[in-house]
Amino acid sequence: MSTPTRAPSGAPAHLTGAGGGIGADAQRPDGVLKVRGEFAYGSDLWMDDMLWGVTLRSPHPYARIRSIDVGPALAVPGVHAVLTSDDVPGEKVYGLELADQPVLALDVVRYQGEPVALVAADHPDTARRAAARVVVDYEVWEPVTDARTALGHPTWNQVHETPAEVTELSRESAHLHPQGNLVRHLKIRRGDPEPTADVVVIGEYEVGMQDQAFLGPESGLAVPAEDGGVDLYVATQWLHVDQRQICAALGMPEDKVRLTLAGVGGAFGGREDLSMHVHACLLALHTGRPVKMSYNREESFFGHVHRHPATMRYEHGATRDGDLVYVRATIYLDGGAYASSTPAVVGNAGTMGLGPYVVPNVHVDCYGAYTNNPPCGAMRGFGSVQTAFAYESQMDALAAELGMDPVELRCRNAMEEGSVTPNGQVVDSAAPVVELLRRLEAMPMPPAPATGADVDLRDMPGGVSNTTHGEGVRRGVGYAVAYKNVAFSEGFDDHSTARVRLEVVGGEAVATVHTAAAEVGQGLVTVEQQIARTELGVERVVVAPKDTAVGSAGSTSASRQTYVTGGAVKAACEAVRERVLSRARDLVGRAVPDLRLDGGKVVSDGEGVALTLAEVLADDVVEETLEWRHRRTEPIDPETGQGFAHVQYAFSAHRAVVDVDTELGLVKVVEMACTQDVGKAINPQAVIGQIQGGTAQGLGLAVMEEILVRDGRVQNPSFTDYLIPTVLDMPPMRIEVLEYADPHAPYGLRGVGEAPNISSGPAVLAAIRQATGLPLTRVPVRPEHLTGT
Amino acid sequence: MRLSCSVNGTPREVDDVWEGESLLYVLRERMGLPGSKNACEQGECGSCTVYLDDVPVCACLVAAGQAQGREVGTVEGLAPAGELHPVQEAFLEAGAVQCGFCTPGLLVATDDLVARTRAEGRKPADAEIREALAGNLCRCTGYEKILDAVRLAADRMAGDAR
Amino acid sequence: MDFLQPATWAEALEAKAAAREAVPIAGGTDVMVAVNFGRLRPTTLIDLTRVPELQEWGLDDGAVRLGAGVPYARVITELGGRLPGLAMAARTIGSPQIRNRGTVGGNLATASPAGDAHPALLAAGAEVEVASVRGTRRIPVSEFYRGVKRSALADDELIAAVRIRPPAGPQQYSKIGTRNAMVIAVAAFGLALHPDRRAVGTGIGSAAPTPRRAPEAEEFLAGELDGLWESRGELPAATAGRFGELVAAAAAPIDDVRGTAAYRVHALSVMARRTLTWAWADYRKGDPTCA
Repeated sequence: MSTPTRAPSGAPAHLTGAGGGIGADAQRPDGVLKVRGEFAYGSDLWMDDMLWGVTLRSPHPYARIRSIDVGPALAVPGVHAVLTSDDVPGEKVYGLELADQPVLALDVVRYQGEPVALVAADHPDTARRAAARVVVDYEVWEPVTDARTALGHPTWNQVHETPAEVTELSRESAHLHPQGNLVRHLKIRRGDPEPTADVVVIGEYEVGMQDQAFLGPESGLAVPAEDGGVDLYVATQWLHVDQRQICAALGMPEDKVRLTLAGVGGAFGGREDLSMHVHACLLALHTGRPVKMSYNREESFFGHVHRHPATMRYEHGATRDGDLVYVRATIYLDGGAYASSTPAVVGNAGTMGLGPYVVPNVHVDCYGAYTNNPPCGAMRGFGSVQTAFAYESQMDALAAELGMDPVELRCRNAMEEGSVTPNGQVVDSAAPVVELLRRLEAMPMPPAPATGADVDLRDMPGGVSNTTHGEGVRRGVGYAVAYKNVAFSEGFDDHSTARVRLEVVGGEAVATVHTAAAEVGQGLVTVEQQIARTELGVERVVVAPKDTAVGSAGSTSASRQTYVTGGAVKAACEAVRERVLSRARDLVGRAVPDLRLDGGKVVSDGEGVALTLAEVLADDVVEETLEWRHRRTEPIDPETGQGFAHVQYAFSAHRAVVDVDTELGLVKVVEMACTQDVGKAINPQAVIGQIQGGTAQGLGLAVMEEILVRDGRVQNPSFTDYLIPTVLDMPPMRIEVLEYADPHAPYGLRGVGEAPNISSGPAVLAAIRQATGLPLTRVPVRPEHLTGT
Repeated sequence: MRLSCSVNGTPREVDDVWEGESLLYVLRERMGLPGSKNACEQGECGSCTVYLDDVPVCACLVAAGQAQGREVGTVEGLAPAGELHPVQEAFLEAGAVQCGFCTPGLLVATDDLVARTRAEGRKPADAEIREALAGNLCRCTGYEKILDAVRLAADRMAGDAR
Repeated sequence: MDFLQPATWAEALEAKAAAREAVPIAGGTDVMVAVNFGRLRPTTLIDLTRVPELQEWGLDDGAVRLGAGVPYARVITELGGRLPGLAMAARTIGSPQIRNRGTVGGNLATASPAGDAHPALLAAGAEVEVASVRGTRRIPVSEFYRGVKRSALADDELIAAVRIRPPAGPQQYSKIGTRNAMVIAVAAFGLALHPDRRAVGTGIGSAAPTPRRAPEAEEFLAGELDGLWESRGELPAATAGRFGELVAAAAAPIDDVRGTAAYRVHALSVMARRTLTWAWADYRKGDPTCA
């Protein structure tokens, strides 16, 4: 097999003074390569004789393809292949949970940007020009662009009049898929079906479509192999589920399709589905040449799934004292043209859609629908981000109705260890919701806004654009708290595999950790090293390239890798350690009860150094490969939504302080404060980094980030018009990390990455609401919402 | 067309450059210098920030031919082989690198800021750092640790100057 | 594609005359985006970055003559005192990297209604100096914009410079974006008080098919200031409010992804009122840099 001239970088074996076991701020093993510009991301891969692949995409959100003529494209000099669905040798549809998405368009395209044809050429511009010459004859159809319309459900106004479920197919839109437009309907029925309460608050909320906006575009390099198979180097989140889908599409067995993780420039859920994976393989196998595909920013907006837009109606009932009596919630998630991970997103949105509160009587309907909008799937927070805006807005509205402090109301109803969730699951480890909120309250507030001559424009709403010198500016403070399941739920066999090797090289003990767990920037490679250092007592730990030569590690999503792959690495290390200690005991020739590995030696507290690893291992290699599972979960009951669905919960809370130019509708977030329970911080610096980054993405959704879709067409597929926060938009943060160990988890740790992404946006929204006095039921909040224009 | 310029102090010459190619494409695909990143190719993210005659610019917006005869400096040239520039060290120590795709551009922008303020015998204030780095998007870090890194680098380099 | 690199202004004009469809490129901040995304594929690019005359500014007949190729970063650092409105506008443009490359000449050549420099140029009463092998002419900037991304530039002409009289009074610039940096204007407003001429200059951006002035607002305010110029007395709040309304009335915006027409009109009225308040406060202080 030939390998790329610029292949994915393995981690260097050693970093001077930057190591450390669990609990240390160990430095990333790929950090030096990254700061030197030498880390090979998917888009950096290169081979001498490689071709460039590009994708022709549908300009229409819904159309029938009458014909495709690739002739004019093939005639362009420099073009080596033009492929359509006819050239897909295996299964022509794929998908994470349901195989419903064509590898290349079949007879119908269901969203704008759906891949129709592929071109390989010797220069990317040649390939783009050739793709533009493929002639596709479309019969354009009217797109279905609203989830409720797709399901034939009444509008909210009609819901008020007829609260009964309306799912009759006669009122449903044209079916976009044979099974209808419903992807999943999750029901939770708990407690009194007809509860009444002293105080009732009803609200309707809307969350726009957010993009992961990872900076490294979808990219990879497919290399045809001598055995007739293909080696794919790709920036992705889950090598083995990619492999499964690629094999099906290529009609090849798994040993012929080998994947290696290329450098990943961020993921946030957007790489859980296939993008260019199969396409590059098809072109490589067809041309016999390596083929690189790398989306540009515009194509990236069409090349991956987004966060589901949501419309939600909530009804909260409480006693006059502020005890929640019941919640009724109806949640619609627009899944777009294909299922992707919509069923699981519905699962999260439904089961955790009331927030970390104790609610005796629950009635939830959560729907995921097919439409002709862009497909939606995984994004950090996964169904919980949307509902958090609704339930936290409701808690604020209820507090206002009761004349109660919003934090008091939250604390009064907060979950704690032993509480029962809406899906009937007992929270069986720490749930410090009250403490998270109280600690936030106790944090000092930022200084009051400057006025007059002291004004630095960079501190004002509008910044250096010079829109206010203090005029119209009002400050607001908002709180929000959230919880999120860690790892895969509802009975999914969610495991990871680790291969750990210990040997002596040049007199030094070296451990090698090999997993297929995708490092997407979060720092799992660091954590893998730290665990091996702690468990094996060696300083030098090599992280092998991530590939399919070892078993599946599951997805880098759901805040799960430190937990699940970390658990697998720990278990494999323990197995290696047991074998080494067993040998040591044999060599010592007697029982030494407290033998352990430390500093590259076998030591005993009673007897000091017993043996060096060189003495124990000589030239031998001790290697163990283990598959590791977290405790089992179970599917929920389809009628009541009850069941032990979730492995673990992560809790976080935010306080946002904002200054709003109420006259111009511009927002400056002044400070974000966050408290989060992480169980055990394996790498405290990386934990803080996750909290800060997650907070920024939540802030972005609250005030600026939205893919605008009109009639099924994306209006802003660029970083010019899809805005993510800059360093001038992210305020300073105060962070307190709690470590209440979860007895069910390795080291007691909790997944970290998603919770802060969920609570930050609702806190910003609450703060803007407090500053303006406006109800604000939609995010992102636009100046128009704040100015009534 | 042929393009000749100096990159990181080394004269470079490449042939067959299509006139519509950007300096970024030439660096990445023709000169074997992929350190400058291609996140947006529209000047909105700063990932491709390089020095062009000592001025930080987005390489994606420089037509290749515009670099003819000029000095180009990329992330690969910040430190000699086997060494790290203080700004690079500070980014590592502060935890300012996650996925790292924004890092090369941020390093060049930071190097420019710290060098300018150091030449004036001072360290950049926070608001100044933010305005100077506002053209570099980062999706992972929320920028806090990037600010930490810039402060750390400025402190250390000010120390060197004394 | 041809890539021409004239070394002198005369060569540049000859090149443009010989290839009228040629696209000039300076900072590349508009041209290269279009090329990178396949939306522009010119037969010829004329690189203007090697024409020394374009990279300079100087004083000429009492005006600042700003070479079309001077980047915004230099406008900010070198011309903040002489061209305060334009320098304020320049600070809002893109990012440091963009300001290091982007030029006022490029902003004019693209003639986008959202170009950040336009409101400041309109308010200051700038002239655009354009040239061809046929000769040189000056176009008042208010006559330069002819439609969405269309200008008065003939197909053999290049922009040589803009000429702006140094301010006799305070200037202000204000721009709405939904992010605190790197953002295209949802709406923008430039204001210049001209006490020497007893006149008022305005410029509206992103709120009509072209950048435009608000003539009625200018006339109204000039009338209201009659007498106040000398007394430097307080400006009635109602005057500032009415000025804002008249500025807003001069706009003809549309709804687009960046904002609604209604918001743009509203924002203009607020920006006009506020910038006038700030400018008048400066004038009353008799700030010598502005007077």
